[in-house]
Amino acid sequence: MSLYHVQKAIYEVNRSPSAVAQYKTDPAAFCASYDLTPQERAAFVKPDVGMLYVLGVNGQLLMHFAAANGYEWNAYIDAMLQGIVMHGPVREGLYAMTGATT
Amino acid sequence: MSLVFAGVCSHGPGITARSDWADPQKNQRLDAAYDRMRQALVASQPDALVVIAAEHFANFFMNNMPSFAVGMAEYYEGPVENPDWLKIPHRRIPGHRELSRQLIENIMQDVDVSYCEEWKFDHGIMVPLHRLTPDYDIPVIPVNINCQSPPMAPLHRAYALGQAIRRASDRVDARIAVVGTGGISHWPCTPDSGKINEPWDREFLDRWCRNDREALISYTDEETYRDAGQGGFEIRTYVAVAGLAEHSQGEIWCYEPIPEFSCGCTIGVLKLPG
Repeated sequence: MSLYHVQKAIYEVNRSPSAVAQYKTDPAAFCASYDLTPQERAAFVKPDVGMLYVLGVNGQLLMHFAAANGYEWNAYIDAMLQGIVMHGPVREGLYAMTGATT
Repeated sequence: MSLVFAGVCSHGPGITARSDWADPQKNQRLDAAYDRMRQALVASQPDALVVIAAEHFANFFMNNMPSFAVGMAEYYEGPVENPDWLKIPHRRIPGHRELSRQLIENIMQDVDVSYCEEWKFDHGIMVPLHRLTPDYDIPVIPVNINCQSPPMAPLHRAYALGQAIRRASDRVDARIAVVGTGGISHWPCTPDSGKINEPWDREFLDRWCRNDREALISYTDEETYRDAGQGGFEIRTYVAVAGLAEHSQGEIWCYEPIPEFSCGCTIGVLKLPG
């Protein structure tokens, strides 16, 4: 299980404008040294906020990551909802949704 | 000298980032309460403002997560988030290295803390500072309680941290103000964002105002998660502030459930002996 590592990669992106720039320039290179599954790597590189949410990425990390990637608030909330619709419930962590998706 | 001010307030990023989304009357009452707190803080003439916060992975990660941490730097910076998103410009915030060191050495007589000579403030500190010290003219000493990633310090240890900060404040030659900041019930950063358990909040705030230690520390994390969401773990900051002045009662100057800000927005103060 490498959720820890995908969260660590997001943590590093979130911490400085230069890291955001490096990530946006070449996201695959940014995460090359992290121990990620193919699914995690694809979600991080895209970025697929919905998939990252379902994988169990901490919500605070994901909120800042979404903002750094230009997600407006409603788009960010909707991306998490769509993630659940497409991939099912949140698989790990504390930030599971409690209500229905519709 | 001693503790000259103690209070609690909310820090949800929506308070600055989406201030125009809220009901105008509710937002106006919240603004008025922040302003009242700002005036009370200034009137207390503090030499430093200790902010007991619940940060969100701006500095600490699961590779090395302190239960409690205290800043010990000449200055800090923030916000770590995109300033355009939070609507707070990025800037340097003054610290007080020597006073931090004195406080930390005294706190360590009772409670183990990590110290930090570097700290990037996220919305958890920047939103309160933006409202309470908009000119950033009071040196800030940040304190963090891990409220994000289990295992977390139990509530009785958060209360003990507050007691230790109080004893440390009594031993240094400075006027110390403290503001704890966190949510009560809330489910931030999920599609449930905006959900608020108002009865639970009001019960918690009643316990806080009575400064009823046993009632405050009686919540289990399982109960808090069930009834107040993962954001509810941030009650640790309020519990720590209660520990600062265990014989003082509190007063709530504002409680406004504002779904657009993802929490019941709260301003409260402890009535310290004059």
